[in-house]
Amino acid sequence: MGLYRDEGVVLRTIKLGETDRIVTLLAHRSGKVRAVAKGVRKPGSRFGARLEPTSHVAFQCYRGRELDVVTQVETIAAHRPLREHYGCLTHAVSMLEVVDQVAPEREPNPELYQMLVGALRTLAEQPSPIVSTAFFWKVLSLEGFQPLLDACARCADETGPFVAFDLGEGGVLCESCARTTGRRVDPAALAVIGDVVGGRLRHVLADPPPPAVLVEVERMAIRAVEYHCERRLRSAALL
Amino acid sequence: MSLYEAPVQTLIDELGRLPGIGPKSAQRIAYYLLKATPEDARRLAAAITDAKARVTWCRRCFNIAQGELCSYCQDDRRDPSQLCVVEEPRDIVAVERTHEFRGRYHVLQGAISPIEGIGPEQLRVKELVRRVGEEDVTEVILATNPNIEGEATAMYLARLLKPLGVTVTRPASGLPVGGDLEYADEVTLGRAFEGRREVDT
Ligand SMILES: [Zn+2]
Ligand SMILES: [Zn+2]
Repeated sequence: MGLYRDEGVVLRTIKLGETDRIVTLLAHRSGKVRAVAKGVRKPGSRFGARLEPTSHVAFQCYRGRELDVVTQVETIAAHRPLREHYGCLTHAVSMLEVVDQVAPEREPNPELYQMLVGALRTLAEQPSPIVSTAFFWKVLSLEGFQPLLDACARCADETGPFVAFDLGEGGVLCESCARTTGRRVDPAALAVIGDVVGGRLRHVLADPPPPAVLVEVERMAIRAVEYHCERRLRSAALL
Repeated sequence: MSLYEAPVQTLIDELGRLPGIGPKSAQRIAYYLLKATPEDARRLAAAITDAKARVTWCRRCFNIAQGELCSYCQDDRRDPSQLCVVEEPRDIVAVERTHEFRGRYHVLQGAISPIEGIGPEQLRVKELVRRVGEEDVTEVILATNPNIEGEATAMYLARLLKPLGVTVTRPASGLPVGGDLEYADEVTLGRAFEGRREVDT
């Protein structure tokens, strides 16, 4: 096996021993990898600032049995705007956490990788909570949980109007089905979800919905992610 | 089924809960302690219980203290107008070694970590805001770690403290003294350029 090179985004780091860290990266060709970065907590470490969460890097690792060892790192994008604005950082970290949840180790997932790289770049350019919210819905769709938005998820009625969302059914509900189950939602929120899942994020960013609608779409996205990962999204507490 | 006798396994488990100690190190330390004389083992146990019983958190700054206030809070020669905010008591030791700072401290006892879900309410932030309001503080220096958690914490605190009418500063990021420019990472070098100063002559 030996040495390999790849590009990746740093998802998280945990301290190891006195001066090292274990770095989790989502890599383009290798999928999610965990690698030891030696000495990175010492000031003046060559790797230190390059291997912080959100960093997009080209790296070289030595393949280990369980953990790899980082031997070289070069920055592709440091995403300083993300690291220097509190609101941006919390949203960026929530995307990293979701990716860490859904990506199994060492299973290549170039689509997820491209989505993450794109979303971080967009967030750095346009700091808006829509970016991470859209990312959550797109990750769910990629994982096979595309929300059903154009017909009632219970009775398949296509006429609408749709007034609720049911996580278990994975989609919207018509007026009569919503009487027994699901959670009521603003139709404007459903329209935003339709836009971002349909690849019209730019359009939503250019003409943002009212804050209350955004908050609702974000809450729904968090609930949906937590439902499918069967685990709480820790970073959501800080959004 | 455990591979070890129950008391040995308990010792290994307890040691393994210490920061930076993995299962292998825990085993190694456990065997070291088992080979030590009963006197050595008792001394270590006594040191832990004694420190735990006598050392508390300073009521004002949350540094380690013996009694109500820590030694910095008791020292009247320290400048009360400058307040240096750090994550942990050990960071105070690092700042003190510079001999550059003569003000007072505030220990947050951690840092905001979005990925761990640790928010400001789990830190000594309320107490900091109260101190800035009540004491004669004119400058707050945010000396949290220059990593993502430390920076998130500094950004959050700056937003909170600036409206209180104090100057909020952060130690400069710069090139490590004694290193080569070509080896500096882009983030550090970029910030060092931003924070450049006119050369005194
Ligand atoms: Zn229906
Ligand atoms: Zn004190």
